[in-house]
Amino acid sequence: MAISRDDVLHVAKLARLALTEDEVARLGEQLGAILEAVGKVSELELDDVPPTSHPLDLVNVWGEDEPRPSLPADDALANAPERDGDFFRVPPAAAVETP
Amino acid sequence: MIDTLRLTGEEAMGLVERREISGAELHRAYLDAIDERDGELHAYLRTVDESEGDGVPIAIKDVITTKGVETTAGSRILEGYVPLFDATVTTRCKDAGLPILGKTNTDEFAMGSSTENSAFGPTRNPWDPRRVPGGSGGGSAAAVAAGLAPWALGSDTGGSVKQPAALTGTVGLRPTYGTVSRYGVVAFASSLDQVGPVTKTVRDCALLYRILAGRDPCDSTTVDLPEPVQIPEAEDLRGLRVGVPREMNEAEGIEPGVADAVARAIELCAELGAEVGECELPRSVEYGLPCYYLVAPAEASSNLARYDGVRYGFRAGGATLRELQERTRDAGFGDEPKRRIMLGTYALSAGYYEAFYGQAQKVRTVIAREHAAAFERFDVLVSPTSPTVAFELGARTANPLAMYLSDLLTIPSCMAGLPGLSIPCGLSEGLPVGLQLIGAQFAENTLFRAGHALERALGFDYVPPRLALAA
Repeated sequence: MAISRDDVLHVAKLARLALTEDEVARLGEQLGAILEAVGKVSELELDDVPPTSHPLDLVNVWGEDEPRPSLPADDALANAPERDGDFFRVPPAAAVETP
Repeated sequence: MIDTLRLTGEEAMGLVERREISGAELHRAYLDAIDERDGELHAYLRTVDESEGDGVPIAIKDVITTKGVETTAGSRILEGYVPLFDATVTTRCKDAGLPILGKTNTDEFAMGSSTENSAFGPTRNPWDPRRVPGGSGGGSAAAVAAGLAPWALGSDTGGSVKQPAALTGTVGLRPTYGTVSRYGVVAFASSLDQVGPVTKTVRDCALLYRILAGRDPCDSTTVDLPEPVQIPEAEDLRGLRVGVPREMNEAEGIEPGVADAVARAIELCAELGAEVGECELPRSVEYGLPCYYLVAPAEASSNLARYDGVRYGFRAGGATLRELQERTRDAGFGDEPKRRIMLGTYALSAGYYEAFYGQAQKVRTVIAREHAAAFERFDVLVSPTSPTVAFELGARTANPLAMYLSDLLTIPSCMAGLPGLSIPCGLSEGLPVGLQLIGAQFAENTLFRAGHALERALGFDYVPPRLALAA
């Protein structure tokens, strides 16, 4: 199963990865081979089998709703690549048009 | 003079309790051993030079959060990240008087089977430095095998504790899912990740598991143990029913030397009084690996979405937030995480979800049912841990699928949430062979008992000969 360049670029966009041209070519090839191997799961007829999302049968684990102090802002921001007061600083989420 | 190559965690605890040595002196002895031997092996990413406690120190895999000590998960994207809190397993070790000796190398985000995917360079096998120590927890396994730590913590998603233990002649436990907290453990695949001990002996493994296990309010998937952890003493296997799954012992790719060592260990089970019989896990072995490489990357693609250069870790520049995030992730992640993020995103994307991820979840049910049926007849299932002994660096890096096959035999029981113990059972070509013992959910005590009796009878010498000669 070959993965087209468009498919690789589409998935990379969903995954927020700015792949280089070289990576697009290499990943297209490797993902094709891996998907062909893992696609083996479709050989089994499993219409009546329920899916497992979790190995234990835990349902509704409740905890007491007790207020606790939260992380001080200075601690929460200690690893910030860029900080502005009590905020994480980032570039604009969308390109801003200047009039 | 302490022989760190031989000293077990239990023996070290005895020395400290009898005040024959202080915790600080013990810490220093291991740091000296690290200075002497880790230049070649690279088991550690960083050490903690001052002992914070008076007990037996422990090495911690770098996917486990340690307050005030950089935690990178072997990735550039977390380089420089200094956690503000301890993982629950770190807290439990500290509360038990086990200070942190250092952080051990790992494949990036625990994704790999050789530790070659670490962004900070590979770890080498203490038995033969031209070979890999397995992965992803190759750093912890190599540290214990080379006497650079009395014991260590690893994490296991599809074999990252068991397979490195097998390749380095150490003991590794992947506990029952839900018995050890994942709070503060860098998430890879949340329905599979479990922290487990890496040690020189099965008794050490039980001692550490007793410290680690139990419900944690910070991880709602944890449960209390149905019975207390027993430190094993029995030297026979009378009354134990040992199953030999045919497909796991005859799988294609098992090296003859590995098969021989495992067959001898199975004979030994019978000599020790166990009732040994054949069983089958036909679809678990055939479909386990494909199932895992859909479920784990799918969960990883979601878990790794948090690394976006906004709140911590590496940040690349960009004119907009989106550009910053896309560039940060491309430059910060290595090849394997990118491959798995892409694979997982693909498997979860519209039009493919049912055929890939949905189907893999159903296969997971099939695997769990097959194992449950086997455990109606047997207490323990045995097989090789790894189809091969340690392979040479670079041998599998060019072909991701060949690397994935390293975990063929460890993966099925992980998919079913079952505990697995790997113990060394002999040598092939002068390299350790691991025996995998799989138990029913919460059957760790049975695994410890079987592992301990076999360990005594096998008499495997866990000190790599080339290091014993040099010492």
